[in-house]
Amino acid sequence: MRLGPTADEELFARTVRALLERRCTPRDVRAGFARKRWEELAETGVTGLLVSEEHGGLGLGAGALVAVAAAGGRACAPEPVVEAAVAAALLAGVDADRAAKWLRELAAGTAVAAVRLPVGGPRTGGGPGAVPVAHAAYADLVLVVDGHALHVCPAADACIGPVAGVDPGRGLAHVDISTLSGEPPVALREWTVTRAGWLGAIGAAADLLGAARAMLELTVRYAGQREQFGRAIGSYQAVKHLLADVLIAVEFAHPVVLRAAYSFDHDLPSAGRDAAMAKVFASDAADLAARSCLQVHGAIGYTEECDLVLWLRRVWALSAAWGDAAHHRAAVAADLLGPAPAPPCP
Amino acid sequence: MLAQVTDLIFSATEEDFRREIRDWLARHVPRDPLPSMDTPDGFRAHQRWERQLYDARWAVVSWPEGYGGRGASLVEWLIFEEEYWRSGAPGRVSQNGIFLFAPAVFAHGTEEQRRRILPPMAAGDEIWVQGWSEPGAGSDLAALRSRAVRDERRGGWRLTGQKTWSSRGTYGHRMFGLFRTDARAERQHGLTYFMIDLAADGVTVRPIRQLDGEPGFAEVFLEDVFVPDTDVLGEPGQGWSVAMSTTGDERGLHLRSPGRFLATADQLVRLYGQVSVGTAAGTGTPDAYRDAVVDAWMRAEAYRLYTFRTVTRLGDGQSIGPESSVNKVFWSELDLNLHATAQRLLGPWAETGGRWLDGYLFSLAGPIYAGTNEIQRNVIAERLLGLPKEPKGKASRGLGGGGGAGG
Repeated sequence: MRLGPTADEELFARTVRALLERRCTPRDVRAGFARKRWEELAETGVTGLLVSEEHGGLGLGAGALVAVAAAGGRACAPEPVVEAAVAAALLAGVDADRAAKWLRELAAGTAVAAVRLPVGGPRTGGGPGAVPVAHAAYADLVLVVDGHALHVCPAADACIGPVAGVDPGRGLAHVDISTLSGEPPVALREWTVTRAGWLGAIGAAADLLGAARAMLELTVRYAGQREQFGRAIGSYQAVKHLLADVLIAVEFAHPVVLRAAYSFDHDLPSAGRDAAMAKVFASDAADLAARSCLQVHGAIGYTEECDLVLWLRRVWALSAAWGDAAHHRAAVAADLLGPAPAPPCP
Repeated sequence: MLAQVTDLIFSATEEDFRREIRDWLARHVPRDPLPSMDTPDGFRAHQRWERQLYDARWAVVSWPEGYGGRGASLVEWLIFEEEYWRSGAPGRVSQNGIFLFAPAVFAHGTEEQRRRILPPMAAGDEIWVQGWSEPGAGSDLAALRSRAVRDERRGGWRLTGQKTWSSRGTYGHRMFGLFRTDARAERQHGLTYFMIDLAADGVTVRPIRQLDGEPGFAEVFLEDVFVPDTDVLGEPGQGWSVAMSTTGDERGLHLRSPGRFLATADQLVRLYGQVSVGTAAGTGTPDAYRDAVVDAWMRAEAYRLYTFRTVTRLGDGQSIGPESSVNKVFWSELDLNLHATAQRLLGPWAETGGRWLDGYLFSLAGPIYAGTNEIQRNVIAERLLGLPKEPKGKASRGLGGGGGAGG
């Protein structure tokens, strides 16, 4: 029995981290998505993690995605690493001729994919086109999942309208597929769609934990320097305990995410529940980190000038993406306790 | 090509071990719960149960075979704990000895001491009691004032002072604790680790009733109590570092394995099923209870996974230090959460008592003993996050790493 990254995995994560430390500074994050950086990530294998070796990828699984997505979250990298993995998982369910070109381009870093996959379904009305798609503003390929139908939309053919969002790095856009001509949608197996949703949740969970750790480091540094009443504010217990609770939440979420990846990669019967648990713990931990780190920074944290804001925005968006904590908590509850009882009669 | 990130599958040997303990427990766990170990009858009944475990070599599985154990690996120990608590087996009356004190005996005791002390401890014949806290030394353990003076003629020490919050102190046999042997030294310096016979001349034990009404712990008064040199653990004056090897275990893995929380979480899920069946048709159970149950259950699972992660890190040759404070805060709040949720589900029945109320009252002590959670958060903030130390009062310098006692 062992639970934790292997030496290989750690080495891979370190390589990606080192690349992002060089090429994805807060100034770079402010400038948004960079195709050059996407290509550099592709050279390490990140963009083709889940693409089969036959198509130029690494043929790895959720375990590797967890290591890499955490590095992305830590650096606040705008590039859609998790989406690339989910796209590969969806395209694996598409017949080879149609998928091969895109899989190769993903792995090579010559294409960027955005994915519209409703996890839990939109809570306000509207079809798949109604909610903006993350990263679609600069994607070359948009995969739109509508029920079991997968629309493989080259960005050039779809009608894409960028939308402002809380995190400018997310590249949100409305995607209107009604104008699409060309090839009809592909019918996916339900299993493929379900698993793609789990993979997105696991990847986002790892990303959120990376972001939470980055915020914590930033805030510890700030609290050690900022003085009030003649002392560093980090020496006060009121501040210490806020940040200690963030570390506890992150530390306990991490093994939950590692387990979810393991269950996914081994097709365990608990894979769905484990993925849901991962997103619950990671979303809650990252939300707590964002809230507490903003509080410790005080007014400076509430400004554009402070780097903290980059991660705050990422977390606010990502915490709700791929199903928020409430959605996944309900999924675990349904698995553990049976279906939710009907609401009381009025 | 990368190797597997993780292997959560237990080996065939580990699965065999699980089957063996599960079968034994199924045949031996008493059908009816034993009376509280903090009553005279219950204490003896729990001692008899420990003897039964010991005779079957299940009392101290992780100890070497020569001392009554099985030399089990950490993973096997976790499996043992999961099966033990799942089976509904009695609480461990010997736990402060076998989990908190024994590691110090293994690390610092002489071979003579190990042979003399460990087997009767494991068999439940001698129940050990913790002598850390004093009226003026709780979270700030290094403020302790109980002292010992040299008795050259008899070859030992004479101990005077007062210890408190000693679990099992009312009926226990022997106490381990720290005393100041160098009157000029301050704080963690000049302390010595002693083993004391509670039946010795000069020892007075005053039981203290706890929230549940039973004398779960005691105050121990010492008046010129003689302790021979053979009952000093480690070198005189080195008591602090000897003691830290036990508090590390207390906060870390050994006292709070995930097994008991997993068992409680499963019972909570069953309780939820019973409660929701019992509500008026069509009304169901409020969503808030549903969320509380699933959260508590998930936290127990998370604690299990966190422990697996820790065991993996230990297996990789890393050590755990202040990380055990993260662990302590999490399990104590988890335990409270599990029981508080059950109490909420029970609604008007909660006050009528039974195992959930007992468990709830016990869980309220968790955030206090083994170093309060406030002290633990200070340790996390200063030693793990690296935040600046807080200026200390005159009487204390540094956290001292102890972070309190009790239990």
